[in-house]
Amino acid sequence: MIPLAERSLIFVTGKGGVGKTSVAAGLAQMLAFQGRSVLGCEVDAKGDLAAAFEAPPSGFTPVSAGENLSLMAMDTEASLREYLKLNLKIPIIGRIGPLARAFDFVATAAPGVKEILTVGKLCYEVRERHYDTVVVDASATGHIVGQLAAPQAINELVKVGLIRSQTDWMLDILSDPRQCGLVIVTTPEEMPVAETVELAAKVAEETTVELAAVVVNRVLPERFSPRAEAVFDRLSSHEGIDALSEVLGADSASVVGAAALATTMRRSRVQHMNTLRAGLPAGTPLVLVPYLFQRADGHRATRQLALHLAEEIDR
Amino acid sequence: MSGSSPGSIERLLGEREIVIACGPGGVGKTTTAAAAAAIAASRLGGDVLVLTVDPARRLADALGLKGLGNQVTPVPPEVFQAAGETPLGTLSAAMLDTKQSWDALIGEHAPDEATRDRILHNPLYQNITERFIQSHDYIAMERLYELHSSGSWDLIVVDTPPTRNALDFLDAPARLADFFSSRLLRWLIAPSRSTLLGIASKPFTQVADRILGTQFLADITEFFVSLQSMYDGFVERANAVSRLLADERTSFMVVSTSETVPLREAEFFATELATRGLDIGAVVLNKVLPTSLSDPDALAATRRLAQRTPEMTAALAARLDVDASVLDRVLETVTESFEDFAVVARREASSRERFPLGGATLLTVPQLDRDVHDMEGLLTLGSYLLGS
Repeated sequence: MIPLAERSLIFVTGKGGVGKTSVAAGLAQMLAFQGRSVLGCEVDAKGDLAAAFEAPPSGFTPVSAGENLSLMAMDTEASLREYLKLNLKIPIIGRIGPLARAFDFVATAAPGVKEILTVGKLCYEVRERHYDTVVVDASATGHIVGQLAAPQAINELVKVGLIRSQTDWMLDILSDPRQCGLVIVTTPEEMPVAETVELAAKVAEETTVELAAVVVNRVLPERFSPRAEAVFDRLSSHEGIDALSEVLGADSASVVGAAALATTMRRSRVQHMNTLRAGLPAGTPLVLVPYLFQRADGHRATRQLALHLAEEIDR
Repeated sequence: MSGSSPGSIERLLGEREIVIACGPGGVGKTTTAAAAAAIAASRLGGDVLVLTVDPARRLADALGLKGLGNQVTPVPPEVFQAAGETPLGTLSAAMLDTKQSWDALIGEHAPDEATRDRILHNPLYQNITERFIQSHDYIAMERLYELHSSGSWDLIVVDTPPTRNALDFLDAPARLADFFSSRLLRWLIAPSRSTLLGIASKPFTQVADRILGTQFLADITEFFVSLQSMYDGFVERANAVSRLLADERTSFMVVSTSETVPLREAEFFATELATRGLDIGAVVLNKVLPTSLSDPDALAATRRLAQRTPEMTAALAARLDVDASVLDRVLETVTESFEDFAVVARREASSRERFPLGGATLLTVPQLDRDVHDMEGLLTLGSYLLGS
């Protein structure tokens, strides 16, 4: 499989709450650290991607957020305007008002228009080689297939017209695993794993985009070897806790409890990891990212994540 | 929240007719809605319905939902009995099938069969209802309205669909009504009655035609011309749905975890609900780490453990009859574990304290040992919601 870092258009998706945006930010930061010029694009425009770099909310025009790294937020209306300017040579100034209203109408009425304007803009950046890599903080698992499949859907729905003729080159980029890949972010928990397995199958079935990797976020560290685990079981019995409390001269139930919690959480996560491995197409690269206890968000967390990703991906 | 007595949503579940669970994705919203409904049916009585969107398969199985689409399915009493519970009331569950619901709605509002069929077979209609998520938002609220007006339920607990923007479903009825009332739509449709080509002279359609192609534009126009006959019914219904959401019989339950990102989203959500004058009955925070992690005594004990002497370790090893060097490593790990989780617990506790509750009750549900996918699990979670 083509290494993730060599692809020029990387879509990052995941179920809500698994850290999709953090991983997209970490990936963009990792590539920027490696000397590639990177555009990070947030599709849902909530400002979370910019927040991961502690940068002000970005707009449609990319702005720098560090060395080798620019950020933008998708705006389908701006994308349409840019498209019309480039392709139709429409003197745009006089028409902005009615066009904006008309756009609202068309976007509501004509399914796929917003999606195609999003995917189209991203593919355009790749085709024009404005950056080495475009990392997309894409829609969540429920919407990503609709987005990635939009060029095909339009191809089927629209028989003639400019948009139709534009979908061909987009499909060329999306379908080429040397250029484009999808990353699904998950955590080793029941629902995210189930959704990831389902999504992987759906992506293969309904889109032409290759699943390049699954990133498993918030993996808890292995605490005990089997031998140590037996000792820990002894320690966390009533007798063990009493003995420890006595030796320490302080109540140690909570202390041991925290380690027990970590062990229980890790055990249930191991099961979900196995389900994930079994459910994904053979050969799908799994990238494990540890739980970051010290920091959950902000630029520092993004840098840490970038370092962990680099370590795992190079391995 | 520290120092406050444990909250309860007993009044919320006992007095309201509709409780809508909303909040960011991935926080256990679906499970929390199901647990609230189960505990209400079981301990507070009445006929309770949970309207769910996309439950995990095992949860769906637990509720007896097996791909039954829109149909309301009673949860058999045996399911409760197996969990050691004798319910006071009844619990039913329904899943939301967007396509089926849209078809039913069109069937209801269409003036005649020919119009209905023309809409159902229009390629745009199929795309709008099947592929595009905004249509879920509207139909979820529409279905809620329908179930509520049937009068069959004392309480309906609703799980909201995962949306791009967590508020979309609230605005969906109003947006639909606006859309149908828009001058743009009328303006587009009006000339098409005489001739479809007539509209091609408008500047907008010139642009749209060049981008989208004539056939597509014709499809759009035909679709909306057909829909126009249902215009009054739709707008009236959408307005009724909006009124129901704001009604005093309806309350919202914001569900989140204490992690930074979901909590930020939940906060935004709570503020928006309040701005719209909608009632927030409760804020439920799932997967909360044990309070002992931020307990000063436990912290002191951990410090002592970190500074243990070899003699202490040896004494403990002798008492427990284990190898001292293995025990030493285990104690090191125990210390690290506590410190790791204590950092998270402190961060999350301070986020919780900053949460703007307004008049809502705050409920915390601890990190449970296992995933919830049977009635016993739902009732355990539900008991935390009742504060018992």
